[in-house]
Amino acid sequence: MLGGKAGWNGIILQILFVAVLVWVGYEIIANARSNLAAQRITSGFGFLNNTAGFDVNQALISYSGSDSYSRVLIVGVLNTLLVSVIGIVLATILGFLVALGRLSPNALLSRVSGAYVELIRNLPLLFQILFWYLAVLAALPGPRQSISLFSTFFLNNRGFIVPRAVEEPGLMPFLIALGVAIVASIGLRFYARRELFVRGHAMRIWPYVLGMLIGLPLIAMLVFGAPIAWEVPVLKGFNFAGGSRIIPELVALTLALTMYTASFIAEVVRAGILSVHKGQMEAGLSLGLSRGTVLRLIVVPQALRVILPPLTNQYLNLTKNSSLAVAIGYPDLVSVFAGTTMSQTGQAIEIIGITMGVYLALSLITSALMSFYSWRLGKRLGA
Amino acid sequence: MKRVTLALTLALAPVLASVGAQAETLKTVKDRGMLACGVSQGLPGFSNPDDKGNWTGLDVDVCRAIAAAIFNDPTKIKFVPLSAKDRFTALQSGEVDVLSRNTTWTLSRDTSLGANFAGITYYDGQGFMVKKALKVNSALELNSASVCVQTGTTTEQNLADYFKANKMKYEVIAFAGADETVKAYESGRCDVFTTDVSGLYAERLKLSNPADHVVLPEVISKEPLGPMVRHGDDQWFDIVKWTLFGLITAEEMGVTQANVDEMAKSDKPDFKRAFGTDGNLGEQLGLTKDWFSRIVKAVGNYGEMYDRNVGAGSKLQIARGLNQLWNKGGLQYAPPIR
Repeated sequence: MLGGKAGWNGIILQILFVAVLVWVGYEIIANARSNLAAQRITSGFGFLNNTAGFDVNQALISYSGSDSYSRVLIVGVLNTLLVSVIGIVLATILGFLVALGRLSPNALLSRVSGAYVELIRNLPLLFQILFWYLAVLAALPGPRQSISLFSTFFLNNRGFIVPRAVEEPGLMPFLIALGVAIVASIGLRFYARRELFVRGHAMRIWPYVLGMLIGLPLIAMLVFGAPIAWEVPVLKGFNFAGGSRIIPELVALTLALTMYTASFIAEVVRAGILSVHKGQMEAGLSLGLSRGTVLRLIVVPQALRVILPPLTNQYLNLTKNSSLAVAIGYPDLVSVFAGTTMSQTGQAIEIIGITMGVYLALSLITSALMSFYSWRLGKRLGA
Repeated sequence: MKRVTLALTLALAPVLASVGAQAETLKTVKDRGMLACGVSQGLPGFSNPDDKGNWTGLDVDVCRAIAAAIFNDPTKIKFVPLSAKDRFTALQSGEVDVLSRNTTWTLSRDTSLGANFAGITYYDGQGFMVKKALKVNSALELNSASVCVQTGTTTEQNLADYFKANKMKYEVIAFAGADETVKAYESGRCDVFTTDVSGLYAERLKLSNPADHVVLPEVISKEPLGPMVRHGDDQWFDIVKWTLFGLITAEEMGVTQANVDEMAKSDKPDFKRAFGTDGNLGEQLGLTKDWFSRIVKAVGNYGEMYDRNVGAGSKLQIARGLNQLWNKGGLQYAPPIR
């Protein structure tokens, strides 16, 4: 019956299978509940409303120790997302560059790129994270001997401290002017493309676009005043007060995840490009196009179809690998929620369940986005 | 991801385990021929493995005393090193029979984890360590400092409470392991390292130049440390509890590892009861009549244990303080063996 058309037999088998699955699931939950009750271990999700009572050194939303565990969960998810998104963007860029370098006719460039891939992808990630963390920390001075740039930017072993933007009355007009400029630029580009395709008339639009993007906000600034003011950090006690700070844990983690994943992405991209018949490149070159243009317009779009599925895997790996953050004290989901929260509440089953659910959701969303992109690409290439 | 997998295995254990198997811990231990003892991943003075894998420390000696009481052999122990955050799950799931891992007794831990504290082996409190070069003399001068802390402990909440109460700002960097925490502190990522005072002394030994660091005088919390057992097995709870009381009573009675055989011959009624030459108190616990002398022969009395591991006879050199006997100005007190 397997793989064949589902007749009545097949349908009954499937119903039975689902029933067994539901029964097993129910038994597991019921057994866990009675065991927990028998051992008088607290269970349920009520703890999420309790006060957390501990602090976190990087929160993208306002957070203090008097907030609840559910807020800790959000803080952790956002921190995981932050490092994942930055890591994915940077790893993709670096991965493409390394792949192109490895395929380049320039011997030095291709050897260096090859060495990068072989070195980085063969070292354990945890080791690389610790290396960057301890190497970066060891090289940086303490807060009182900070490396200062124009007395405005400061670099020390507490992080990279930059002035913080504070809103001024001129912000709204500035943003409106910028928005108008962007909308107008997009409209202009549409018009230019139609001109090109319908009339065969190529327009040079970038001077206008640039003029609008810079000019309009500038006029708004001159009329309504500065959109933002800068709060400059000053050394106060042990640390800097004011300004914003990028913590070294974030830098080390992003650096390690980016470099590690990029070495895999480079191979994925290289394989994708090599899968495009070399006649395509030769044809492009013989038309008089430059190597870069041929790559950009002809080879890479075709290679992308091969690249996307394994690239999605790498994105998923990067997101999941970010849970190694706990080793260097970056407050990601595993550290603040499956770590501190779990040991304070002792509710391992609920917390591990939620944590797995979050990673599953992140992975499925990433997959869905990549599938959508792949589907659109397929339509555009007419496949 | 390895951490998550481990945590998951531990989390699933109570899901799949059956209730009945948990009730007779003493029988399980005897059948296995080994006591499974949950300890730290390495904390000098409390539970620390040497290069040959031999465990020593105050918490380790508690397990050795229990093993001696059951098997008359303090080596019949399987030590299970646990991180701060995995420890309770390991106890709940039955992976360890007793958790002797510098764990602070709190109300929420006593009620929500399905486990009981069997007593207090060490009266501790949370403190701060800073570099001498910072010239800080009090924890109240720590406004705006960066603080390194190990996650999965009561420490993080005490820290938040203390800085809030004193209206000081701070930055917390929480690490999963004790070693990473200390390394980050040493590399200058933090100004302050905080944990229980005993832990500060122990971790200071790991620093490249211990003399450059100073423990501040403030103790900001009560951290009574003691062993934990699972709910639902009162006999086992009693055995662990009375092993501790036995150790303290031995010091009170002046019974030491060296003179235990001599003392066992004593005619004093309380000595006869303890040593089992009169009555069967040991058997009431589910042990043998000579349980008391077995314990002292294996690890000595509480005072000897203290001196050897954390006190004057150790590298830590921590004064007895609150851990002195009740009749010598401390808090260690055992109900009578009778």
